[in-house]
Amino acid sequence: MDFSDSTEEAQFRMRLREWLTTNDPGLPASSTDDAYWAGQAKWHQSLYDGGFFGTTWPTEIGGQGRPSVYDVIVDEELAAAGAPPRPSLGYLVEGILEHGSADIQRRFLPGIVNGRDRWCQGFSEPDAGSDLASLRTRADRDGDEYVLTGHKVWTSYSDDADWCLALARTDHDVPKHKGISAFAVPMHQPGIEQRPLPMINGITKEFGEVLFDGARVPAENMIGEPGEGWSLAMTVVSHERQPHELGFAGRYAKLVKDLTGQVRDDRSQYSTEQVRELGWAIVETEMLRMHVYRRLSDRLDGVSHGPEGSVDKLLMTWTEQAVGHAALSVGGVAAADGADTWLKVYLYSRAQSVMGGTSQIQRNLVAGRILGLPMS
Amino acid sequence: MDVRLSPEQQALRDSATQIVDRLGPGAVRQLDDLERVDKLEAAVLASGWRELRVSEAGGEPLASAVEVAIVAEELGRGLADTPFLGPTLAAELRRLAGASPATAPETVALSHPMAELALSTAGEAPSVAVAVDARGAASALVLVPTPDGHVLATVSLGSPEVRTDLTRPAAAVDGASVVAPIGQPAGPLTVEDLSAWTAMGLALTSADLVGTMRGAIDLTVAYAASRQQYGRPIGSFQAVQHLLADAFVLMEGSRSIARHAAWAVDALPTGAALAAAAAAKAYCARAARTVCETSIQVHGGIGNTWECLAHVFLRRALLSSELLGGAGASLERVLAHHGIGGGDGLQ
Repeated sequence: MDFSDSTEEAQFRMRLREWLTTNDPGLPASSTDDAYWAGQAKWHQSLYDGGFFGTTWPTEIGGQGRPSVYDVIVDEELAAAGAPPRPSLGYLVEGILEHGSADIQRRFLPGIVNGRDRWCQGFSEPDAGSDLASLRTRADRDGDEYVLTGHKVWTSYSDDADWCLALARTDHDVPKHKGISAFAVPMHQPGIEQRPLPMINGITKEFGEVLFDGARVPAENMIGEPGEGWSLAMTVVSHERQPHELGFAGRYAKLVKDLTGQVRDDRSQYSTEQVRELGWAIVETEMLRMHVYRRLSDRLDGVSHGPEGSVDKLLMTWTEQAVGHAALSVGGVAAADGADTWLKVYLYSRAQSVMGGTSQIQRNLVAGRILGLPMS
Repeated sequence: MDVRLSPEQQALRDSATQIVDRLGPGAVRQLDDLERVDKLEAAVLASGWRELRVSEAGGEPLASAVEVAIVAEELGRGLADTPFLGPTLAAELRRLAGASPATAPETVALSHPMAELALSTAGEAPSVAVAVDARGAASALVLVPTPDGHVLATVSLGSPEVRTDLTRPAAAVDGASVVAPIGQPAGPLTVEDLSAWTAMGLALTSADLVGTMRGAIDLTVAYAASRQQYGRPIGSFQAVQHLLADAFVLMEGSRSIARHAAWAVDALPTGAALAAAAAAKAYCARAARTVCETSIQVHGGIGNTWECLAHVFLRRALLSSELLGGAGASLERVLAHHGIGGGDGLQ
């Protein structure tokens, strides 16, 4: 058992630390700010070109074939340097890697990994949230193409996207889980309207809704077989529950570090109660880091995603929301100059118990699939 | 980075699992089955687990704190009612002081409320000290302040009696006891030695808490799956399922942070090891109380009766939490480590 870096890991860490001294883009260190989103594509490409993004994916798609721990090293160093977090899109890559044909992988994955192509994920709909399989967006065959009609919502990064990984119903005569297919849909075309959806913290660049009205997608852009969309969606969301794939543990560490620095600068300004709230955020963040190490080590035995992803998602959520409470407690709703940075961090934390499957859905999965309790 | 258990560590865990499953108390009434307790005692004595922190040549322990934590977790899971924590903490103190190993069963004495080692001054035994996990032990280690640091001494104990924890009775220090300093080759303990010992104790009790949570969850899930109300198992109700899911997730988080704390004891510098152990203890102590309360709640009326094991888990968790500092005291250590501890600025 060893929680410390191997020689090779330590060398990679030092190389990144050195690189960051001249390549930190000076963006807000948190994805809870529109200025971050405005500069994210360039940051992604810069990290990739430096050899620090997508390092754990196969070399054929632009990765370096390294073990997952290298993603964690990147997250830790970015947080320690106060640099912006690593773009989180690993779940798209994993979904396409597992379900896409060799041709699909060759066509789409390098662009996602190197950051030249921007992607969004078109899963949820106004009437299909937790009950995703009831989605109604339809894809109707027309020659060599499918024609898409429907409404996607809570779509992350849609305003900036070149492509959408969209789920649509291709078969209306089978049970709802079996009639769904997945497509790589080009976003820049007349049949698509994209609208920003401001979040409760006021940011407008992260969330959107997408309306398909006669949008066209070549049949060869179907990912997986007809009807494989549900299975692909489950692969994607299971990866969306992994803190190390999202890079969020590093984001929490950075926030906690900033809050700690703020208190240390003038401890007498803060009550015991405020500092203890921060203390719990420190402890939760530490727990999550160790939990990620444990999970990644299990993978060395070939253990892959099962229902334990729901455990990880809940731990990540509790951590983020503890950090959110510390931000509110120590940072306050507004700084003396009126800046509401910490309020934004707090408000953003409320999304964590909803995105990628609500905490209630995760608890159902833990109870049924891990504890083996009878279905209600 | 590879934090898996080695094959040897897995084998150690498996053998602890087997002994506890075979000889641990499977029901409250079995706590009084002295024949069973003797068999468990004999098995643990023969296992050598209590000597894991006895020093080899050069002062290094026979095994790392990871092995100690592995055993502690299984003993906690199975509510093992035979000493481990007490003798292990005593052996670690002797090792750090360079003393020779104890020749008779021994534990440590803590001052009220069990957050620190008891001090003996002016040659007198500490008056309100309690020796933990004292079954079978006639003496306990205390600290005697000297100009060169603290030296170890033994005091004698009264009969062990059940206090909080039904599985690990405590004994009062005999106020009239002779305080017998442990001489050569033992030297004084430095502040750093005592910090290292505290890190070890926090990591060990965190591991015990993880095991206690596992045991309580296993007990409760089995009950929820079998107990019928409204014509179906209560474990089929979402309200009950979500309580148990949260308990399981808290236990998994505890397991991850406790594993790191155990590794840190021997692998990191003392300050960092103590911070890691305090963070783990804060998390595990808070989680364990919630998990054990959930266990009682899901057991309903039966969970509030003496005959249900749920309170035995809760009591064990409460004692493990209290030892060397619970959630609040451990959080204070974490804050101090980050340079933001101390008093209330608004007062």
